[in-house]
Amino acid sequence: MTTSNETGTVVIERIFPHPPEKLWRALTENSLIAEWLMKNDFEPVVGQKFQLRSDPVAQWDGIIDCKVLIVDPLQRLSYSWRTLGLGSVVLFTLTPAGDGGTLLRMEHSGFRSDQQAAYKGATYGWKKFLGNLEQFLERLD
Amino acid sequence: MSTPQANHVFRALADPTRRAIFEELTRHDERTVHALTRHAGVSQPAVSKHLTILKRAKLVRHRREGRETHYRAHPDALAPMSDWLRHYSAFWGDRFDRLEALLQRMNA
Repeated sequence: MTTSNETGTVVIERIFPHPPEKLWRALTENSLIAEWLMKNDFEPVVGQKFQLRSDPVAQWDGIIDCKVLIVDPLQRLSYSWRTLGLGSVVLFTLTPAGDGGTLLRMEHSGFRSDQQAAYKGATYGWKKFLGNLEQFLERLD
Repeated sequence: MSTPQANHVFRALADPTRRAIFEELTRHDERTVHALTRHAGVSQPAVSKHLTILKRAKLVRHRREGRETHYRAHPDALAPMSDWLRHYSAFWGDRFDRLEALLQRMNA
C-alpha cells in the first residue's frame, strides 16, 4: 500500500489476491459496500445520487452526499463525495495483477469535479509547486 | 477538520494561475500587484481577482504602503488542506483493511 499527497490527492494502492469480478462486487453491491465502507443506497448508474451513512458524531451527521460519475464495469468507478460543505471526488481503478489478483487504486481528490480538467493538465506544475514550497518552508526554519 | 477553510484552499489552488501567483509569493518576502502581473502573464485586473480569492483562502496577506499594495504568502493557511489529506489517508487505509477482510469472507 502507498499513500501520497504530492498532487493534493490521497492515493492508496493495494494488490488483493482476488479477481477483478469480486472486487467490483465489493465496490458496487449495497450489502457488500456496507460491510467495508458505509451503509448506502448506491446504484451503479451514472448521474444517480446516493448517500453513504455512518453513525453521527459530534458536529457531524455522518452523511456523505454522492453522485455517480463513472461506471466502467470491472475497470473504473467514480463518484463525487460531499460532506460538511466540502466537495471532492473518489476514483477507483481496477487492474488485473497476475495470478488472479487485482491492483486496486483509490484516488480521493479535494478538487471539485468541475476543476478536474484544469487540475489534470497542471499535474506537473502542482508537483513542482509543492517541491518549491518545501524549499520555502525550509528557509523559514 | 476545518472543512469550509479547506474548501477555500482547494478552490484557490485548483487554478494554475493562482498557484503560480502563490508560488511566486513564496519565493519573495513581498511582491506588489505590478510585479506579480509582470510575472503572471495575465492582465492586472485578472491578477487582482486571483489575489482576492487567495486572500479569502487566507493564503496571502497584504499591506498598503502609499499607493502600492504589497502581498506576501501565508503558507500556514495550507494546514486545512494537509489536515484533510491526513484525515482521508487514515480513513482509506482503514477501509482498505476492512475490504481485504470482506474479500476473505467472500471466499469462504
